[in-house]
Amino acid sequence: MSLRVLEPGMLSLLQDRGRFGQHGVGLTTGGPLDAEAFLLNQRLLGNPENATAIEISFGGLVLEAECDTSLCVTGASLPLDINGRELPPWEVHPVRAGDRIRLGYSERGCRSYLGVAGGFAIPPMFGSSATVVREGIGGLRGEKLAAGDRLPCASRPAHPGRRLPRAWWPDYADEVTLRVIPGYQVADFPTLQQRRFFSLRWTVGQRSDRMGYRLEGPAITCERQGILSEGICLGAIQVPADGLPIVLLNDRQTIGGYPKIGAALSLDTARLAQLRPGGGVRFRAISPEEAHNALHLARVRLHNAPLEATENRHG
Amino acid sequence: MQIASVGENAVLVTLAETSSPEVAAQVGAAAAAARRLLGNDLVDLVPSYATLLVLFDPYRCDHASVRTRLREGLAQLATDSDSGGRTVELPAWYGGEAGPDLTRVAEHSGLPEQTIIELHSGASYRVYAIGFAPGFAYLGDVDPRIATPRLSTPRQRVPRGAVAIADRQTAVYPAPSPGGWNLIGLCPLRLFNPQAEPCMPVAMGDRVRFRPIGREEFLDLGGELP
Repeated sequence: MSLRVLEPGMLSLLQDRGRFGQHGVGLTTGGPLDAEAFLLNQRLLGNPENATAIEISFGGLVLEAECDTSLCVTGASLPLDINGRELPPWEVHPVRAGDRIRLGYSERGCRSYLGVAGGFAIPPMFGSSATVVREGIGGLRGEKLAAGDRLPCASRPAHPGRRLPRAWWPDYADEVTLRVIPGYQVADFPTLQQRRFFSLRWTVGQRSDRMGYRLEGPAITCERQGILSEGICLGAIQVPADGLPIVLLNDRQTIGGYPKIGAALSLDTARLAQLRPGGGVRFRAISPEEAHNALHLARVRLHNAPLEATENRHG
Repeated sequence: MQIASVGENAVLVTLAETSSPEVAAQVGAAAAAARRLLGNDLVDLVPSYATLLVLFDPYRCDHASVRTRLREGLAQLATDSDSGGRTVELPAWYGGEAGPDLTRVAEHSGLPEQTIIELHSGASYRVYAIGFAPGFAYLGDVDPRIATPRLSTPRQRVPRGAVAIADRQTAVYPAPSPGGWNLIGLCPLRLFNPQAEPCMPVAMGDRVRFRPIGREEFLDLGGELP
């Protein structure tokens, strides 16, 4: 019982929510770059939050079903068809053994999530199925999906059709504002440099990946070149000697010695990771308490997102 | 000791401004204490040279409660600083084909290779941090007489098990990777094995000693030639 990969696309990775509690041995978190789109996918399918889905960067994934199940695609908008019939995203669709599922290339945003009812059955490593290619950990072999891979999943009877109303679909704009908790070494950045950091419009650079997004713009300077290596959290913004900030994401190294001006909210790194090179980035400072409130509001919104019943259609 | 909120669910405990074997022991003790103090509110911990990054579940607790619990719970810790940590022995086959940079360390220090081996294996190191890659443990302090700067051009591939020196730190590469440290030997033990329990022979705050071995014992202990 599985879905078979016919074409893997540019970068398709099996991910659950991430690997936690393993930083002590140097393992990073991994997990979905856009947790909002990932969690809504699980909600639509009625799955536990930690079920395993596929994160597709840019698109191009083609699968063949070897069992009956239901699937749902969320995140960056890209064309989806089953046996040549175009179907909407943010909606649960039934599939039957032999069906061919084809994703085109994303038009807005660049991270999409394909989940199946019950999730993919991937044995966890260090408590998680999250694939971190740099570490060779998680997924099927610690690697991205390849043609011929079989992704085990349970055969399910027809799932009640559900969709997220269009008004609730996130808008993946080509500019995002990251809310930042100034922390770590913010005091090592002269006031003028801090003002420049928070007022400039930055651009996503070419060398951006799951480890971190490198930003381009006028360099900012820090009074310290390096610090004693210390733990790095998701969203930490480090400024190496070239003065260009790097926003660290899910596959970041767990420790590092560059000065950090602060850390961005995970709600906003999710949107950042939807940007392609050339996208715009601004920063806005908030307090830890404001960040805490924003997390709780987002969680309530996620849990209360209205899901509409649809009729199961199978072409 | 300083405790500061640094991210939406992250608090950084700074135990000292600089690293030392004593501070490393304190960090190890603080990590164990934080685990006790926060229980299920804890998501992950990153102990490093002189700091402890504490990641908490923001849906179970908040910044103020985490900072308060850490401040009160870690206050007593300062008194018994050198406690805890085991001593782990790692066999090392030094020089020759096993350690191509031993000659470079000899030239840099002006000491014979045998003296370098004696100084490297004669010391007891503390695990200062684990990171860079899964299972990569930063050990210190290396005797200043054999401290050697990183290579100006890093190698594309350092073999698994390479025993290496960079300035006053030493480490064993847990997996093949690029690297700029001076390779002085090979350790036959796996420093990171996802199938083993525990997956690492050393932990934060442990002491580590190297025991010189020859090629034959290296192979007997399961070492793989690079």
